[in-house]
Amino acid sequence: MKTVDELLNNTSEWLRGTGPNSDIAISTRIRLARNVDKVPFTNWANKKQKEQALLLVKAAVEKSGLLKDSVFFKMAELSELDRQFLIERHLMSPEHAYEPEYKALAIEPREIISIMVNEEDHLRMQVIQSGFNIRDGWALINKIDTELNETVNFAYSIRWGYLTACPTNVGTGMRASLMLHLPGLVISKQINKVFHALTKLGIAVRGLYGEGTEALGNFFQISNQVSLGRPEEDILGNFERIMNQVISREAQARRFLLMKEKEEVSDRVYRAYGTLKNARIITSSETVNLMSIIRFGVNMRLLPNINIKAVNDIFIMVQPAHLQKLENKVLTPDQRDIKRADLIREKLN
Amino acid sequence: MLCDICGKSEATVHLTEIVNNEVTKLHLCEECAKQKASEMEEHFGLADLLTGLADFGGQLESDETAKLKCPNCGFTYMDFKKIGRLGCGECYDAFKKNLSPLLKRIHGCSDQHYGKAPPKAQKAVKVRDDIQELKGRLQKAVEMEEFEEAAKLRDQIKELEKKMEKKKDSKNKEGRIEE
Repeated sequence: MKTVDELLNNTSEWLRGTGPNSDIAISTRIRLARNVDKVPFTNWANKKQKEQALLLVKAAVEKSGLLKDSVFFKMAELSELDRQFLIERHLMSPEHAYEPEYKALAIEPREIISIMVNEEDHLRMQVIQSGFNIRDGWALINKIDTELNETVNFAYSIRWGYLTACPTNVGTGMRASLMLHLPGLVISKQINKVFHALTKLGIAVRGLYGEGTEALGNFFQISNQVSLGRPEEDILGNFERIMNQVISREAQARRFLLMKEKEEVSDRVYRAYGTLKNARIITSSETVNLMSIIRFGVNMRLLPNINIKAVNDIFIMVQPAHLQKLENKVLTPDQRDIKRADLIREKLN
Repeated sequence: MLCDICGKSEATVHLTEIVNNEVTKLHLCEECAKQKASEMEEHFGLADLLTGLADFGGQLESDETAKLKCPNCGFTYMDFKKIGRLGCGECYDAFKKNLSPLLKRIHGCSDQHYGKAPPKAQKAVKVRDDIQELKGRLQKAVEMEEFEEAAKLRDQIKELEKKMEKKKDSKNKEGRIEE
């Protein structure tokens, strides 16, 4: 069986830095929440019921053609470092690392599809791809859902739709989210206006690592809130239209900055580049903030020698669990700050 | 400086709490800080927000609501108020009266699902959609004073509604129709 370590040498598909509008939209993620019919939700289920849900989902994953060659990790069998590593790769939520008994994670080889078992709901399946790609994401996750449903019966009522532990997910059980890089809107001070408009349209904005995290480095996760009362295609179509507008606003702001404030912008970019190329000790938040400026510079063609995939790689590799996996030992926060600076210098020089 | 909670690891997170105008300073290590953060999340998390929404409008909890209990899993409405999550799929029907306005508030105007359905439920969904379509046609027929057509449509609707009721009775569960 594959180990978590083997993922280290992989580049997840969503990190390729390709796909539509990938200069602004880093990745598109769609997830569906499902529960096994008649079995209490994870938080209210007893051990036997949790195990029952786990076995049923595992059997369904093994039968699925789309999930062929997937790895199936039982959370309790993974070290804390491994679990942190999977969170950093966006393959599971931070909550999934707590109380690991009866929890599991299935990952398909390209890391496009992953399924959390016994998180808040018995199944949380996600498709994550590079760029702005809602339609393909929906087509794929819709197929996976249908396939799994051939083996497991999902809790569903014609009144409420797919039944979920939290009433905010009931109905379609679907949440679409886009990870956007919006330095243009931040620098030109338009960001608050845009977010204000989004929240009025039933769209949530959060920081890079999901719930409860602050927005580091001008990265934002934007997702739909409504899951009940409208069909999936309607919800996604609406979300897609609004996201198109945010993306074109950002592109506009970038063009404007390049035209009116080229020297100031170049100065910021090259200062960030200088710091990253020379630093000997660097924290993760400083890294994210400076790498955000580098990413912006690369997309504005101000740093012609750096490619976007290398930039995306750095973002992932400098995270605490990834650094420790690379070094193959436990590092204290101070030791990590030194290793992080070493890795960045190596990648940028 | 060592962590105030575990007293073992170096404190790297410094937290200032103000409760009733009293300032407490805490110096925590990374591990204990994480723990503390998740505790705070529990205190001011989704549960409060959700149940706050449900009680919006100043309705006081009636004894009846306080006693509500899901017949399938034993989860009570009071449990839901505490944690903001439900116990099982059947809880939705058990707490229908209280959940329906809450769902409308969370998701906009509707608390009726439209969209994907598992193959097993598709027949029932079709009956429901057919009824809705016929009702629309009935209204139009009445407006146009085509009473003969209207009577026909009314009978068709009654027929379909009977079909739905039968399925409900056979399952003895309102709203959960399966073949």
